[in-house]
Amino acid sequence: MIETLIQDSNPSFLDYKGRFKGLMGWIFSTDHKRIGLLYLYSMLVFFSVAAILGLMMKLELMAPGKTIMGAQTYNSFFTLHGITMIFLIVVPGLPAVFGNFFLPIMIGAKDVAFPRLNLLSWWIYIVGAFIALSAQFFGDGPPDTGWTFYAPYSFRTGTNMLPAVTGAFVLGFSSIVTGINFIVTMHRMRAPGMNWMKMPLFPWALYGTSWIQVLATPIVGVTLLMVVLERTLQIGFFDPALGGDPILYQHLFWIYSHPAVYIMILPAMGIISEIIPTFARKTIFGYTAIVVSTLAIAFVGYFVWGHHMFTSGMSGVALYTFSILTFLVAIPSAIKIFNWVATLHKASINLQTPFIWALCFLFVFMIGGLSGMVLGALSANVHLHDTAFVVAHFHYIVFGGTGFAFFGALHYWYPKMFGRMYDMAWANIGLAIFFTGFNTLYLPMFFLGMTGMPRRYYDYVEKFHGPNIISSLGAMLMIAGLIIIITNLVRSTRHGVKAEKDPWKGKTLEWTVDSPPSLENFEEIPVVTDHPYKYD
Amino acid sequence: MDNSQHTHIVKYKTFAWVLLILLIFTFSSVAITQLELGVYSVTAALVFASIKSVIVLMYFMHLKFDKKFYAIMMAGIVLLLASVIFVTFLDYLYR
Repeated sequence: MIETLIQDSNPSFLDYKGRFKGLMGWIFSTDHKRIGLLYLYSMLVFFSVAAILGLMMKLELMAPGKTIMGAQTYNSFFTLHGITMIFLIVVPGLPAVFGNFFLPIMIGAKDVAFPRLNLLSWWIYIVGAFIALSAQFFGDGPPDTGWTFYAPYSFRTGTNMLPAVTGAFVLGFSSIVTGINFIVTMHRMRAPGMNWMKMPLFPWALYGTSWIQVLATPIVGVTLLMVVLERTLQIGFFDPALGGDPILYQHLFWIYSHPAVYIMILPAMGIISEIIPTFARKTIFGYTAIVVSTLAIAFVGYFVWGHHMFTSGMSGVALYTFSILTFLVAIPSAIKIFNWVATLHKASINLQTPFIWALCFLFVFMIGGLSGMVLGALSANVHLHDTAFVVAHFHYIVFGGTGFAFFGALHYWYPKMFGRMYDMAWANIGLAIFFTGFNTLYLPMFFLGMTGMPRRYYDYVEKFHGPNIISSLGAMLMIAGLIIIITNLVRSTRHGVKAEKDPWKGKTLEWTVDSPPSLENFEEIPVVTDHPYKYD
Repeated sequence: MDNSQHTHIVKYKTFAWVLLILLIFTFSSVAITQLELGVYSVTAALVFASIKSVIVLMYFMHLKFDKKFYAIMMAGIVLLLASVIFVTFLDYLYR
């Protein structure tokens, strides 16, 4: 009875009645948790569309020749799939959804440093998304350049390039604003007693990520603006016909877009660093090493962009330098893997769904990472560049890394976000199907690439038929798993059993507040005295 | 947390000097394009632009009068961008 009265006087952020009601109460809310969920819902919509496009591409590749679409449609599909997945989901994904929701709570703050700026970043995201996606529906047909907008083709194609490029440019501002907000929040708003080395590892990962967002995103912003100026005013930046240099475009694009891979993966690593100690019931092994490796990945990752350009005609000196730097960045990543595995050693493991997601992450991320080493070697890269091998590697890193961490985080923090538990049996069935489908989809692509199948082709010779059938069946299986996972989570928001404050017995601050948290998270700002992962 | 505000008022004379120096560097960066410096013309342009940026940051944006921590952060960022430009030119200079 007393508890009910306290809850009524301090309603959860989901029940809180502010200035606006209904939809307006969400899209004009400056509460970091509601903004996090706004991002989540928007991304789920975009993800569904992009995943269907991916499935359609795999259906086209089920048999040689034209089956369900022609070459131009296929080109547009992989472009839209890439733009949507990269710029609308994977780059903003983890920081915007889970960073927004959990960063203030995990550092003992009531909100981020600039709540209105935070809402603005969501609005910029939505405006950017609409501009980018509008390219599909008017003008001279959907863009067909791929998500990289490589010069000089991006100036010469007759398709509707400008909205897509402008949309990506606008989306960059959302990323920068979020990054600045997070950096200031972590510098200024940590709870009393929480010095830097007592800060949990997910906020640490967000810290590294935010610096990359702030420092790298303006470069791609300016580059995309140069593309717009070149297309509209015929200024010769990148087009050789106008005196420009197409390799310069690749440099500028990848100076951002490779660090962007670390914008995608660092928060994912942060999430895994949260899940593993909670379910291993053990203090994380090598906290300091994980923090240092996070910052090292953010720093060294800034200098490896050239490995996307090994066959573009760079100088020999640049080739060797980028190859060495690429191998160097593997070291801090390997340190993290070692620390996670060491944490599991002699642990009292509680085998729950979020933990299984984390284990799956380790498996697929290691395949992605090690295949990256193959591509980082100059001699191997010459053969594998622009083949299906690269697509497999990329998806093992980006979908296997960020995607698995995203779903892992959703299952880990779901009770806190929605105040309900989901059906564990269905969650595990969905995960098993998804995991099987994922590997059936992407593993054959390594073999296809090694035997010479190029990427971004809608047709192929007969010898590639068998692995393509397996891969396409994997895509269907993976989508089936996704449907089960998402249906279970959506259904549980209404029908799930009410969640306790700390259903997983975690030690970080988010597990000390109500499920779902109240508007201002804490009735009193906590004083931190202990390490975040102190298990007895 | 230190919330104390420190206000530093810069004399108009100092601003006038800064303006003069910025104008000199602007004209110099145009003038230097007349010289045949080859691959180093970009270096020269970047050096002039960097000096101008530092002056603007120090005086107009008050970095000189602010906490050292911000100057260190700024220096780190400039160093990072300089390194990125250096690595890019490992391609252009040796191609």
